[in-house]
Order: sequence, then structure tokens, then C-alpha cells
Amino acid sequence: MTRLLKILEYSLCSLARRKFKNFSIIIIYSFTIAALASILLLTHSLKEIAINVLVDGPDIVVQRLAGGRHDPIPVHYAQDIAKLPGVGRVNPRLWGYYYDSLYQTNYTILAVHQDLPSLEMVEGRMVAANGECTVGQGVAKAQNAEIGDELLLINSTGVGYSCEINGMFKARSNLWTNDLILFTEKDLQGFFAMPAGLATDITVEVFNPREIPLVAEKIKRLFPDTRPVTINEILHTYESVFNWRSGMMLTIFASSLIAFSILAWDKATGISGEEKREIGILKAIGWDTSDILTLKLSEGSVISITSFLLGISVAYIHVFLLGAPLLVPVLKGWSVLFPPLQLAPYIDMYQIFALAFLTIVPYMASTVLPAWKSAITDPESIMRGW
Amino acid sequence: MIRTRLFLSCIAFLLVVLAILALHSQQGKQVWITQELAANQDLVARLALTDLALWTEARYTRHPALADFFSPFQDAPASFEHFPAGSIIAPRLPAVSTTLRVRKRPLGGSR
Amino acid sequence: MPPIIKTQQVNKYYNRHRADEVRALADVSLTISQGEALALNGASGSGKTTLLSLIGGMARPTSGTVSILDKEVSRLPERFLADIRRQTFGFIFQQLNLIRDISVLENIQLPLYPSAIPIAEMNRRAEEILTRLDISTKARLKVSALSGGEQQRVAIARALINRPQIIIADEPTAHLDSSLAGELLEILSELNREGKTVVLATHDPFVSSHRLIDRIVRMRDGRIIGGATG
Repeated sequence: MTRLLKILEYSLCSLARRKFKNFSIIIIYSFTIAALASILLLTHSLKEIAINVLVDGPDIVVQRLAGGRHDPIPVHYAQDIAKLPGVGRVNPRLWGYYYDSLYQTNYTILAVHQDLPSLEMVEGRMVAANGECTVGQGVAKAQNAEIGDELLLINSTGVGYSCEINGMFKARSNLWTNDLILFTEKDLQGFFAMPAGLATDITVEVFNPREIPLVAEKIKRLFPDTRPVTINEILHTYESVFNWRSGMMLTIFASSLIAFSILAWDKATGISGEEKREIGILKAIGWDTSDILTLKLSEGSVISITSFLLGISVAYIHVFLLGAPLLVPVLKGWSVLFPPLQLAPYIDMYQIFALAFLTIVPYMASTVLPAWKSAITDPESIMRGW
Repeated sequence: MIRTRLFLSCIAFLLVVLAILALHSQQGKQVWITQELAANQDLVARLALTDLALWTEARYTRHPALADFFSPFQDAPASFEHFPAGSIIAPRLPAVSTTLRVRKRPLGGSR
Repeated sequence: MPPIIKTQQVNKYYNRHRADEVRALADVSLTISQGEALALNGASGSGKTTLLSLIGGMARPTSGTVSILDKEVSRLPERFLADIRRQTFGFIFQQLNLIRDISVLENIQLPLYPSAIPIAEMNRRAEEILTRLDISTKARLKVSALSGGEQQRVAIARALINRPQIIIADEPTAHLDSSLAGELLEILSELNREGKTVVLATHDPFVSSHRLIDRIVRMRDGRIIGGATG
């Protein structure tokens, strides 16, 4: 232990001799770790939130396809689906997208039953009558509106439509409701000029979760023009979103690892004459190969462990305490209404350990390996080389 | 051994910071689970929501769980890709639970 | 006095079996007694530095044996050789080979870093040697801030920190003026009087003729041509 601490002392002395260079390496290294870890923490948290909440979503959503594209579904399909054994509530859903050209934002408009009880996540009250609406925070901000204000939209015939905002979704539900507007069914049908007897899709409740695939298959047989989407498929979408196979993640990770490899390669392509000389002196005065390698390993560990701990801390603070302000512009893309990220701090330790392994080990190897040749050479050969 | 002491103090400090953040994570998760999970689950159940409202620029980015394979083509084969949402959402595997096997029945015979 | 260093029929080749093969030492047999002060004398390229390297455990002979304190060291694993280097020898190099950007104290203590000796003991020994060599006020200064004579004393201090039995010096006066050279030889004389064996490589007649030297071994073209036996 004494020996290790003394070699650590000398390695710190060595690093301190090139203060500016080593400090810069720590900054760049920490930044790389922080960037990668931020992405890992953010995506993992979003995934966990999505999966944990969506388990209570609809068991099956039945869509209709015409010519390979989504088409409104006849409401009478719901009656036939309800007759299938094991099926509970079957609800035709009315919803659609609205493009607000004034604010250049897309909203999702969803129709709800007028007798839907109030939700904890709604401030004010739920839609109770025609001419009323409940909006998400993003919609309210875009329109600069509050509860009691009028929401003005243009319907499918180009006529202005206004409704009174009587409720607003709370910020804590932003991930689900940021762009959402709730109308009554009649208002939505009128707004989108949706013919009676048609719905956007149909939600199906199945009593026994294990029978969901079976029921979905039966629906498909019953109505070959439909496409049942089960809860498992919905969850699977979010399990695999941000997957490494997705282009964006692959690009970011590949770029970061390539940048890191360049850093490590630059170190690994050889040690300077000054370093070789120093190793020769140390060997001549009684240091053996393992002492030299311990010294180099110690130098590498100091930089990589410090950078890793710093990077991870910064990443956590960036994502969970500050709402990932540096990542949001990257993720946002063309979305005008991107919800503020107030995420539950879910952490996947496997990812963190993998990140540690993929960054600390190569850096330490890149510090030790170039010195290996000099470390195993007789001091006389090194000294003759001066 | 001043340098060693200083370095080990820094590492100890960083480890303490990480320990505090780990505690924060545990606590934050618990708070979210107790205070927000149930409310959001209720919201999702009542409104039958299927997707996060993250990327609102296209149908297949707003509702990736409900998008079909052709949605990314939108209205024309040459329509623009929405970046980065389109790149972030990984290509979906075929929906195994809704595939059908088709067998021909012999004419006039039983199955 | 009993022999402390013994070489028998030692040969050393560089670039063996290649077109540029060099035979640096040819059948060198040398015995050095404990407490002796010996000078290896010869022109540049005569094999003095090579012989010093083999004696000091910094290289291995191509053939022949090297024994230190009656222990044959030529084929020892590197780790044991390094231990012997650290415990038995103190080296003073021609170029001094101090690490310029660290302090005098750190340079002196370098040989002890990988040992199990506690820091307190390292500091105590360093203080003792710094005082003896009259450079204790320079302990915290970087070596690059010292004069030539002071750096020379730091090099000697580093060679002594391990309390070696044998001091090896390769052309120690090569870059010194006569006054500093005289100072160095006086310090070595003192150490020799304390019982340490001193082995010098030099082509400086001032060194060879100094009263410190008990025996001169002459070398030419890798062979000993005189003074092999004491």
C-alpha cells in the first residue's frame, strides 16, 4: 500500500509537470463522458417513464387501412368486436391533428365523453359542454392563453372556430399532453367534418392480458382491413426507441467514440523522447518494469477516473436538475411544441458501467502500452539511445 | 504526500457528490412513483393515450406506436424526413402478434 | 579484502547476427574487492561504459558471468536485478540524468519511491544527505534552478539515498571544470574511506591520477589490457 501511494505521489508529480496539457485532457474527456452520459440518462429515463405509464394504456387499438394508409374506421366495427369473448369495453375514438399556421405548430385534438370525470392532472375542469376545451401547457403557451380565454382555430371548411378554455393540463403531465386539446365528440366531428358513423380508431379492453394477442388475431380475421395494435407493440416501440440501431444514437455514439479513439490513439502512437529518457533514468536507479507500468497505470487512472466521475456528475445535474438544456435543441428537431423535460431520475447502472468500461479501459491502455517497450528494455539500451 | 492527499480528497469529494446524486435519484424516483405515476397512468387510461407528446412535427413522430410502415413516406415517396425524430425512433420490428397465417382449403374437402 | 564484483569471460555484443554487429566487450574478466576505488581507463569506445552497465546490473552479458556479493546476477529475472540495482548500487551518470522539472528533494528520493520504505524514513534520509552535501537549503527548488556544482551534488545525493555498498560513476568529471571535478573526487574519497566501493569510468588523467584511485584498469577495443587483478 505504501509503495502504491508513493508511486501515485510521483505520478501526480509527473502529471503536474504538464499542468495545462493534462488539465485540458481532463476537460475534454469529462465533456465527452458528460455528453454520452447525458444522452444515456435522458433516453433511459424517457423510456422508463413511457413504459411505466403506458402499461395502463389501451389493450388494443384497432386502426383501419385503405390503400396502405390510415382511414377512418366504421363505428359499427366496435359492436362486432364487443361480441368477441374476453372483450370488455370497446370505445370508438375520435382524434386528429391540427396545423396552426399562425403559430406554425401541430396540435393533437382528442374528443372525450362529456361525462368524463375530472382528472388529477387537469387544472380547472374537464370539457363538459360543446364550445369548451381543455388544453395542454404547450398549446396554452403557443396561444398565449389561460383558463377562461378563447382558443381560436380554423376548421376544415376554413371557418374560424372558437372554444373557451375551461381546463389546462398540469405541467407534470407535459410529456403526454403538451400538444393536446380536448373537445367534445360533437365539436370534433364538426371541426374535422368527420361523417357520422366513423371514428379515427377503436380502443378495446381485454379482460385477460394473456389473451390480447388472440383477441387481436380474431379482430384481424373479423375485419381484414383493420390493423390491431396491441399494448405489447406499443410498449415495444418505446423499449426500442433510442435503441442503438436508431440512426441518431448510432451517429452520436459513433462520433463520440471516434473522437475518443483519436485522443487515445494520439497517446498510443508513441511516447516522447523526454518520457523515454525519464523511464531510462528510473530503471537505471532501481525501478523495475512493474514499477514503471504501475506508474503509467497510475497516471492513466488519475486522468480517466477523475474525468469519469466529473463527467457523470455533470451529466446527472444537466439532465435531471437542469432539464437537459443542451440536449433539448438536438432532440427537438422541427417540433415547435417540445415539452420541458422534467424527468424522473431513472438510471440504468449497466449503461453507466458499460460507459466506464468503454472509456476508462482504452484510456488507461493508451497510457500504459506506449511505455511498455521502454519499460521492458534494459536501462542501458534506453540510455544509449539518448 | 501533499499531492496524493489533495487528489484523494478530490476523488472523495466527487464520490460524495455522486452518492448525493444517487440518493437524489432514489428519492426522486420514489417521489415520482408516489406522486406522479398513478396520476399519469390514470390520465393515459382515461384518455386512451398511446404515445409521448415529444415530436409533434409529423404523424409518425407524434404517434410512433400507431404509425404504420408507410407513414414515413407521408404523402409522397420523396417527402422529407423529419430530423432528428425520424432518426431517433428506431425502425419497428414487424408486429408479430397481428400476423396471420393463410392456408388454402382443398376444394370441396374439409380443413 | 573479499571480492565484491567479479566478471568472468564476459562478452557483450550489440546487434548480434546482423550486418552491423558490434563486439563491445571481449572475454573480460575482472575482480573488484570490497572497499576498493577502481578507475576504468580507456579512449571513447573502449568498452568502459558497457562494462559499468554490466557490473551495475543495467544490462546482461551475451556470454560469461557477472557476480555481485558472490551472487551470480547475469541470468537473474529483471525484478531481482532491479532490486539489486536499488539496494547495492548508487549511480552517478555522465550527464547527471536528473529530472529537471521536479524538486531536488524529489530527485533524491526517486530510487526509494517503489520501495516499502515509509515516507517519513525517506524524508529523514534525504534530510541527512542534503545536510551532509550542504544543499539542504535547495531542497524545494527545481533542479533546473541550480548551478552545475549543485546539480552534481544532487546526483551524488540520489546515488547515496539507498545507502549503497557500491558507487558507480560514468565519466563523472566530463562536464566539470577542475575545481568542481576536485570537489567531486573529494566527496568520493570520503565515501570510499567509509568503506564504499567506488568504480569509475574515465579517460580524464586528472581522475586516474587522483589519490582516491587504488587501481587503474586499462581497456582498449573491449578488452582489458592492464590492471585486471588487484
